[in-house]
Amino acid sequence: MDDLLLEFLTETNEHLETVDVEMVRFEQDPNNEAILSNIFRLVHTIKGTCGFLGLPRLEALAHAAETLMGKFRDGMPVTTPAVSLILATLDRIKEILGELERQGAEPEGSDGDLIEMLDKMASQEAPAPEPFVPAPSPQSSGQLVYQVLERELKPGEVSLDELERAFQEAPGPEKASTSGTLTYQVLERPLKPGEVSLDELERAFREAPGPAPLVIDKPAASAPKAEAAAPQRPAQASKKNSDASDAGEGAEGIAGKVQTIRVNVDTLEHLMTMVSELVLTRNQLLEIARRSSDDHGYKVPLQRLSQVTAELQDGVMKTRMQPIGNAWQKLPRVVRDLSNELSKKIELVMQGADTELDRQVLEVIKDPLTHMVRNSADHGIESPADRKAAGKPEKGTIRLNAYHEGGSITIEISDDGKGLNFAAIRKKAVERGIAGDSEVERMSDAQVAKFIFHPGFSTAAKVTSVSGRGVGMDVVKTNIELIGGTVDIRSEQGRGTTFTIKIPLTLAIVAALIVASKDQRFAIPQVAVSELVRVSPSSEHSIERINGTPILRLRDRLLPIVPLSKVMGLSGNEDVNNGFVVVTQVAHQRFGILVDGVFHTEEIVVKPMSSKLRHIQLFSGNTILGDGAVVLIIDPNGLARMVGSGADSNEFQSDAGLEQTIAAADELTSLLVFRGGGESLKAVPLSLVTRLEEIDASTIEWSSGRPVVQYRGRLMPLVSCDDELAIKRQGMQSLLVFSDGEVSMGLAVAEIVDIVEDKLDVELLAERSDLVGSAVVRGRTTEIVNIAHYLPMVLETWARKDRRGGPDKSLLLVDSSTFFRDMLVPVLKASGYRVQTAATAQEAVRLLSNGLQVDVIVTDLELSGHSGFALVASLRADPHHSSTPVIGMTVKPDAQQIALARKLRISEIVSKIDRRGLLSALAELNASLEEAA
Amino acid sequence: MKQIEPIATGATKVTSKQMEFVTVTVAGQLLGLPISRVHDVFVVSEMTTVPLAPGEIAGLLNLRGRVVTAVSLRRRLGLGDSTSVERRMAVGLENHGEAYGLLVDEVGEVLKLDPDEMQPNPVHMDRGWVGLSQGVHQLHDKLLIVLDVDAVLAFETEREAA
Repeated sequence: MDDLLLEFLTETNEHLETVDVEMVRFEQDPNNEAILSNIFRLVHTIKGTCGFLGLPRLEALAHAAETLMGKFRDGMPVTTPAVSLILATLDRIKEILGELERQGAEPEGSDGDLIEMLDKMASQEAPAPEPFVPAPSPQSSGQLVYQVLERELKPGEVSLDELERAFQEAPGPEKASTSGTLTYQVLERPLKPGEVSLDELERAFREAPGPAPLVIDKPAASAPKAEAAAPQRPAQASKKNSDASDAGEGAEGIAGKVQTIRVNVDTLEHLMTMVSELVLTRNQLLEIARRSSDDHGYKVPLQRLSQVTAELQDGVMKTRMQPIGNAWQKLPRVVRDLSNELSKKIELVMQGADTELDRQVLEVIKDPLTHMVRNSADHGIESPADRKAAGKPEKGTIRLNAYHEGGSITIEISDDGKGLNFAAIRKKAVERGIAGDSEVERMSDAQVAKFIFHPGFSTAAKVTSVSGRGVGMDVVKTNIELIGGTVDIRSEQGRGTTFTIKIPLTLAIVAALIVASKDQRFAIPQVAVSELVRVSPSSEHSIERINGTPILRLRDRLLPIVPLSKVMGLSGNEDVNNGFVVVTQVAHQRFGILVDGVFHTEEIVVKPMSSKLRHIQLFSGNTILGDGAVVLIIDPNGLARMVGSGADSNEFQSDAGLEQTIAAADELTSLLVFRGGGESLKAVPLSLVTRLEEIDASTIEWSSGRPVVQYRGRLMPLVSCDDELAIKRQGMQSLLVFSDGEVSMGLAVAEIVDIVEDKLDVELLAERSDLVGSAVVRGRTTEIVNIAHYLPMVLETWARKDRRGGPDKSLLLVDSSTFFRDMLVPVLKASGYRVQTAATAQEAVRLLSNGLQVDVIVTDLELSGHSGFALVASLRADPHHSSTPVIGMTVKPDAQQIALARKLRISEIVSKIDRRGLLSALAELNASLEEAA
Repeated sequence: MKQIEPIATGATKVTSKQMEFVTVTVAGQLLGLPISRVHDVFVVSEMTTVPLAPGEIAGLLNLRGRVVTAVSLRRRLGLGDSTSVERRMAVGLENHGEAYGLLVDEVGEVLKLDPDEMQPNPVHMDRGWVGLSQGVHQLHDKLLIVLDVDAVLAFETEREAA
């Protein structure tokens, strides 16, 4: 293919992209003449170049489109069908260009359909055809199209159609090449006597022989042709006309040109590879220089080399940088077409289009971005009627926003549509067997939202031509992760959805932290690292363990710790407590990677993983360090996946369990907030409190130094909620009354503050038995009081006197939440049970198979990792426990659970927070057991 | 590389049919690799082991600025690792545009052998070996197994299927 054609292709493609965008803008703003003239100019340029290069199909199409646009310029109303038609024409032009690029020649085919429609559209608004236009003569070719002159013909003038036919019928050597593809242009003003129509001119130009670098040189050649067809027109007039039009075209070409050259991408890629190698070599030299102490005079030049290399690297990187707007260019068109197709009103707002990123990255994210915008338009934005009903403006907005943030770029795609339907996703996830029934109930919305990235996952009620086929989001995620990026979803029902994509600026060279684990070095991309913490058992930061799972308390947040050596299988099971924690942030997941040592950061050149090792999701690639050693690059995303998917690897099951406990706590809990002796706020779950009382302090009696009060005909022991608070001797004393069956306890508090409903996200505290932990309630740190701490304090003494012969039965409590276990154990103990606890179904099974004999099992039916139902089912299969009574606890019992429970002979299902219900269920069970005995 | 005395009887006669093989030794067994597939032979200095990698992969090597995947021929043949750790030799191979280093105990000389003289694998040969062997050549004092390079490097697919 010659250079001229190549140049033409690149240029025309660029023009078309612009026209696409401009056209959409124009449709929204039909009175903007600047846009129209810009479009007109671009299309005209395309047409001109096509004609010049001898590309008749393209030229004809461009011409027909231009004609219609000319009509717009003359005041024809801009209608959606018209714009769609022009856009369709542009698409056809692109198709032809694509073929042209592949084969070097314009493909065969006819565009009569489009041209006819364009012409029809163009003529719609024109006055009725002149009465004396002659009927097309039979011998004219089928491709003939009619054009309407916008004014009455003056005497002596020939109608355009006649002229056209005359041309077609006129003999001439070039006839074969011109007939059938010739199309016409409408003159925007009446022809003056003696002028030649633009079509004639155009045709004359094309038929003129010679290289014709400048059309302007050829007026003489065009004259005889025009004369032959329409002899009544003097030829010299054409000169004036062409002068004028060419002057206009020529000027625009030169104006506004930036000093640029086109460089083949391969050349740039090669340059990049070479620079990468240079960086590596530089690193090696620096390493040698670091190791040897004596200076042979090369250290200064080496410094210089290092600097130059860095600058060169920067420079080359810059050449690869492109504004992200390039990837967005197609989007206005996509959104426009979609809004028409779906009859929705959608506005696309783009911000930060000039944010630059690596060409390679841009290529990878182009399609995912388009896909996500399509998704937002199709699934996110509601129909105008629905929006109106929801009190939103009829026009939905899709917002694209790109900005730099550290070493990465963040792209947000947000819509103000209906948001994700979490209930539907949950249901679908269960249907597709991705997650269990109980599992999805426990998951937070954020976790549920991630399901949409599963392959084949779609909740769309009907499959539209746009999306909903369940392909796509997984591909989007894969593509983005391929380049080390992350995708995140935030969605609010009725308010919209925001996707946040974070991607590295470039792929080739990244800054990485070199760490060591068990004498082996690894590189962790700096982008993912948020901080480094040194840990040792005696220091401020020490690693603690929950059931063997390492945890670090960092600024009062619990950070799951992943010992690198363990993930890698480099070490056995010994616990590591010394080293460094690399705090890593991947999307919203934060975790610490425990390593033995941290060296330095280094610019590393990422080399792809061997195909034999690519399945290890822990590594994203490898590199050669300055000292020549090969190190593996850890993929924080992969690590996060390994941490997150508890089902896949046993090592992290406890982590996953912890996560789910927290997720379960995401549900709203009613809390009673009160104040004790100190300033700090305290709270207890309201469900545990039986009553709130205010009693006259003078009624408090002191029996052997312990405060008691007569309450509902019984003596109720009182206990102060903390040491700082003394129980009042006079005035009114506020009490929280907790009851266990007939035994009650009064917790004396200074003041009852409020009852709030909030997410209970308890951070466990180990040292204080009177507190479960602390949580942020209504924005204030609040201590969550452990009632279990107080019950024995009073009940021990009380029970001695008053304890009715309890059932003296053994009970196994299975609940994955420490919080609930702590709450229930004392209650159950107080009721006379010997209580054993298990945090997981596995633990319960282990206890039972180790010969633990229990009279009754109380289990949460929504255990993490393993369903409570599964536990019961496995017990029922075991002859020893096939008839052990089981009471199930659940957050909200539903019909399905009840049916399943009946099948498994679960005696009773009680609500998890209904302590009284549990006790009465136990009592009932006892009664029936005793009856049976 | 040290020169080994020619062992093959027919090796002295050169005919157009003859193929050249780089001979290697693993656990005393002589094996041949078609010379057309062998890029180079090198001494393995530092190797980075890859955690979680398939057992056949011994690690990654830096060969003149290129990262090479080291495959242990011993493990590939189901043999235990060599006890001696003096100097490990590797044969550089290329497969689907990727560089591999096949770790062997020793690299011998290049032999010219007539493909017609190659005999099929004995029927009772170890299954694992049959898949990697194209046939057996009878040398005067030893047997030489002709390795199928593609098969030797095709373990991942097997693993995935399993």
